[in-house]
Amino acid sequence: MAMAPPRKGENWELRQQLNSEYRDKRADAIKRVIANHTIGKDCSGLFPDVVKNMQTEDLEQKKLVYLYLMNYAKTQPELVILAVNTFVKDTADPNPLVRALAIRTMSVLRAEKILDYLASPLSKCLKDENPYVRKTAALCVAKVFDLKPELCVEYGFIETLRDLIGDGNPMVVANAVAALADIHEASLNLPPSPPSSPGGSSSPPPSARPSSSLFIIDQPTLTKLLVALNECSEWGRIAILSTLARYKAVDEKESEHICERVVPQFQHVNAAVVLGAVKVIMIHIKNVTREDLLKSLTRKMAPPLVTLISSPPEVQWVALRNINLLLQKRPDILANEMRVFFCKYNDPPYVKVEQLEIMVRLANEKNVDTLLGELKEYASEVDVDFVRKAVRAVGQVAIKIDEAAERCVSVLMDLIETRVSYVVQEAVIVIKDIFRKYPHSYEGIIPALCSNLEELDEPEAKASLIWIIGEYAEKIENADELLGTFLDTFKEESYPVQLQTLTAIVKLFLKKPDESQGIVQKVLQAATKDCDSPDVRDRAYIYWRLLSSDPAAAKSVVLSVRPPISLPQTTVAPAILEELISEVSSLASVYHKPAATFIGKGRLGAEEMHRRTLDAEEDVSREKALQTVVAGNQAENLLDFDADDEPAPTNGGSSSRGLVSDGVISSQAIASVAKSTNPLDELMDLFSTASMTAPSTQPIAPPSISAGVTGLTGSTSAASSDPFASLSGLSSPPTGNGHGIQSPPAYQPQQQQKQTSGGGASDDLLGLF
Amino acid sequence: MDQCMDCELTDLTHQAFFIFNQKGEVLISRLFRADLKRSISDVFRIQVISNPDVRSPIITLGSTSFFHVRVNNVYIVGVTKCNASAALVFEFLYRFVTIGRSYFGKLDEESVKNNFVLIYELLDEILDFGYPQNSEIDTLKMYITTESIKSEMAVREDSSKITIQATGATSWRRSDVKYRKNEAFVDVIETVNLLMSKEGAVLRADVDGQILMRAYLSGTPECKFGLNDKLVLAKRGDQTSKSDSAVELDDCQFHQCVRLGKFDSDRSISFIPPDGEFELMRYRSTSNINLPFRLQTHVTEPSRSRVEYTIHLRASFDSKLSANNVVLRIPTPLNTTGVQAKVGVGKAKYVPGENVIIWKIPKIQGAQECTLTAEADLASTTHRQAWSRPPIQVDFSVVMFTASGLLVRFLKVFEKSGYQSVKWVRYLSKANGSYQIRF
Repeated sequence: MAMAPPRKGENWELRQQLNSEYRDKRADAIKRVIANHTIGKDCSGLFPDVVKNMQTEDLEQKKLVYLYLMNYAKTQPELVILAVNTFVKDTADPNPLVRALAIRTMSVLRAEKILDYLASPLSKCLKDENPYVRKTAALCVAKVFDLKPELCVEYGFIETLRDLIGDGNPMVVANAVAALADIHEASLNLPPSPPSSPGGSSSPPPSARPSSSLFIIDQPTLTKLLVALNECSEWGRIAILSTLARYKAVDEKESEHICERVVPQFQHVNAAVVLGAVKVIMIHIKNVTREDLLKSLTRKMAPPLVTLISSPPEVQWVALRNINLLLQKRPDILANEMRVFFCKYNDPPYVKVEQLEIMVRLANEKNVDTLLGELKEYASEVDVDFVRKAVRAVGQVAIKIDEAAERCVSVLMDLIETRVSYVVQEAVIVIKDIFRKYPHSYEGIIPALCSNLEELDEPEAKASLIWIIGEYAEKIENADELLGTFLDTFKEESYPVQLQTLTAIVKLFLKKPDESQGIVQKVLQAATKDCDSPDVRDRAYIYWRLLSSDPAAAKSVVLSVRPPISLPQTTVAPAILEELISEVSSLASVYHKPAATFIGKGRLGAEEMHRRTLDAEEDVSREKALQTVVAGNQAENLLDFDADDEPAPTNGGSSSRGLVSDGVISSQAIASVAKSTNPLDELMDLFSTASMTAPSTQPIAPPSISAGVTGLTGSTSAASSDPFASLSGLSSPPTGNGHGIQSPPAYQPQQQQKQTSGGGASDDLLGLF
Repeated sequence: MDQCMDCELTDLTHQAFFIFNQKGEVLISRLFRADLKRSISDVFRIQVISNPDVRSPIITLGSTSFFHVRVNNVYIVGVTKCNASAALVFEFLYRFVTIGRSYFGKLDEESVKNNFVLIYELLDEILDFGYPQNSEIDTLKMYITTESIKSEMAVREDSSKITIQATGATSWRRSDVKYRKNEAFVDVIETVNLLMSKEGAVLRADVDGQILMRAYLSGTPECKFGLNDKLVLAKRGDQTSKSDSAVELDDCQFHQCVRLGKFDSDRSISFIPPDGEFELMRYRSTSNINLPFRLQTHVTEPSRSRVEYTIHLRASFDSKLSANNVVLRIPTPLNTTGVQAKVGVGKAKYVPGENVIIWKIPKIQGAQECTLTAEADLASTTHRQAWSRPPIQVDFSVVMFTASGLLVRFLKVFEKSGYQSVKWVRYLSKANGSYQIRF
């Protein structure tokens, strides 16, 4: 060392001890070094002194020195060479434990220099007579591949690994399989070629990639794997099962054979083995057509899945997430098992929430009464988040099972009577959905709902109640009064409430024009003048213009019949579901998201991205799938009732007046769209982009149209008995954005996709929590 | 699409393993892959340990996923950057906990700190490059020991045997086991899960059973084990004699020594047992559960400042049997100021910290009945929310009773030396937080 080390301090003391003549002292010092390393102290300065202690008969001491080396070899690459001799000697030790230890450690040192000395001992160890050494050496190949892939190719280690799949010892087979799978995956992440230059910006054709040729599972391999499966340790079984999942069966018979051989693993005590077996079955069952086998496979799958529910909570949660996924693919597997998903009072919240979702999935006419009883019970617990989800589940059941809707409504009314604020609010939100699904069925409860008006302080609950009032305005005597209370505080309300107030009052006006002229003028004025949300303003302008130009169109737009809602069977798109099912028990299956969405920056992030851009086709299909996911999410969200307030495909009045000022509004709208999630915002965005992109054509509107419009307004004002006349008498709204109304709503989903396709992939999973 | 699927391969590895204490200090750290840095532990400390809102056992930050299990005052954490098998990671973390308990008696901050060298040694053995290896405690104890190292020669002689066993087809058993007296003890332990509604309807009643075995048998014994499993008995045509007492098992799970293929084909349980204690099987049963305790509750709230309880507990099992350590936890409203309780048997005490009345009965004979009457005084509150009434929980253990009705019919031991062996069977039904009655 160039610099003389200081002669005091802990490291100096340690150095003295490491060089002590007494064995105990030296052993003790090594332990202290490891302890210091664990708490984060830098011990790299002691490298030569520790390495001196490597040559020892004491196995425990040797292990500790090796542990030190693993941690510090890369900080002292020049000095590692000091250790090589001992390592090479140890790999030939008569004691198999020492041989295995030496090869295991040597291959993770991450020092270029030592790798060159590793090749020959590793080849020897791969063929060692002792299975323990062989199974250790097998994994070493994966370690070496991680550091220097070309070395593995040069020495033919990968071929040796493939030979080891035929080894007589199941543990060796399992590790060889694990190593090959690791190498296989690492090679996919490698830059195309040459493998030694990571980050190379050259773009050779994609075919130059090592691709999957490193680990092809052929039929002889399959036979070996199936034999080893029943014999090896639980962890080995998992490795083999995930390899079986990758195998593509040549014909139906082979698929049947695989399923039959894997089914016994359902009885394994290790949850990961059970889920691994489920994965293999779910993949290979696709090719099975024999009725009796299909039946027996699905029948055998249910009990082990249920048993997983008695595991420790973390495992239970993983199992529940996977069951949720499996039920989307095969809703019938747990048809009679709803009771086991009942929440225990003391279960952790993350488990309870999952159980709720699954119970709703399993709900049917037969068990709905029990389920509703449970849900009602949960709604009286203390965890607010869980209680809300339980109330929400009542609504989902109502929408799922027509026959039970009435019972659900009565449960919800009971809950509203508890007058617990968050329960009432959630119940109101849920009832709104029930009204959407079963219009005009439960009008009797409206007075009870309205009596809770002052209880509501959350925007979503308020907006829901306002929507209900607007929807049934003709049946509620004091609708104008009720809505008036919201109008009084219009400025202070949040935007969703403002939007709903606006729409509800317009509905009221269209239904009972005589009594509500005043209120509608007030709300339009408030929304256009005092509101700083462009969405609210724009909607107000649209209504205003509609009302003043063509009341019939206004009616068909605002009071249009909404498409019915239903509870989606799946929460992920079919393509994604298929992909997730083939990854049962993995993180992706727990998150219900493709792995690429949360491990985007994998081991070789930049290269991975580079590769992806090369595989344009893959990207397109993935992108499509992601879009479907996004669309699916939108569809799932029953609560976005705003979506149906969008204009129906009508040829309502279009106007070219006021377009000059359009530019201002649309740029604001665009700015707001970036942040908002309201589907209507996207619609607005659509309008504004339309007017932005084609501004040159707009100002000169075809004279025939504008003539038609004037004629139209003329005719309405001529019929002076019509209450609308007074409206048209008002000064026209200062700006208009009527152009886009002609766009059919079919545009909307596309727009959403455009919006989200960019963000979808980078969507952070943190949102989950 | 095929290639796309391939790159989504499920990876089996942990890429790092940590143990933290409650303050977020690293007690043990082991990194297996180059792309993870030690500083990743800081991320976990900040995002999980110091964050009270964490509601999930898996957290993914950026592209790094943290799996954690909390045991006593330590966090056991697995870290990965790939699409790892979540079930495997948690199974492994729990296995580590079991191994730790077996080595140190308990797993907590103190024992981890005192045994860190041993833990590193263990990790080295059970997790190679992030892949779980042999985790059989019996085998591990052969070559990773807490005592000072044996003489070098002895180790050398042993290690060949050790390594063969650690990788062998019966990695759980040594071949040279010898006992003067060959004995096997079987414990059938059933955890009863019950959820009963206010109205007394059984919402859920099932049994999670566990069959523990302590085998002190010489050589390589081949064991056959038989239960009064309905399917087996039906197959043999025994209906006439015993079909009434046969139980229906919904599902069974076996120790890795049991030949699963054989069970799948004819439901027979055959195995070569590990030496000493192990869990032979787990099972689940949901039909015809004999509930050992019935509860009648009458709880009223006559005024806003008082709750009155009358609770009858009846032991519904055979009068020759008895239950031990019966504990009822009866919830009280949060604003309870004091409780006067009267009981005929045992002791009842109000525990303000947990808002429960704890009624402890050391022993109840079968068919016996006990009653508790209590009055809880409430402080007046302006809070209007109704009391949520969490369920009453009954904990107990009843010896020589199985709620599922399961019986061991036989345990046959075959060994080539042909020795006689003695077998013992015990039954126990218990509940620990899983027996809940709403009121």
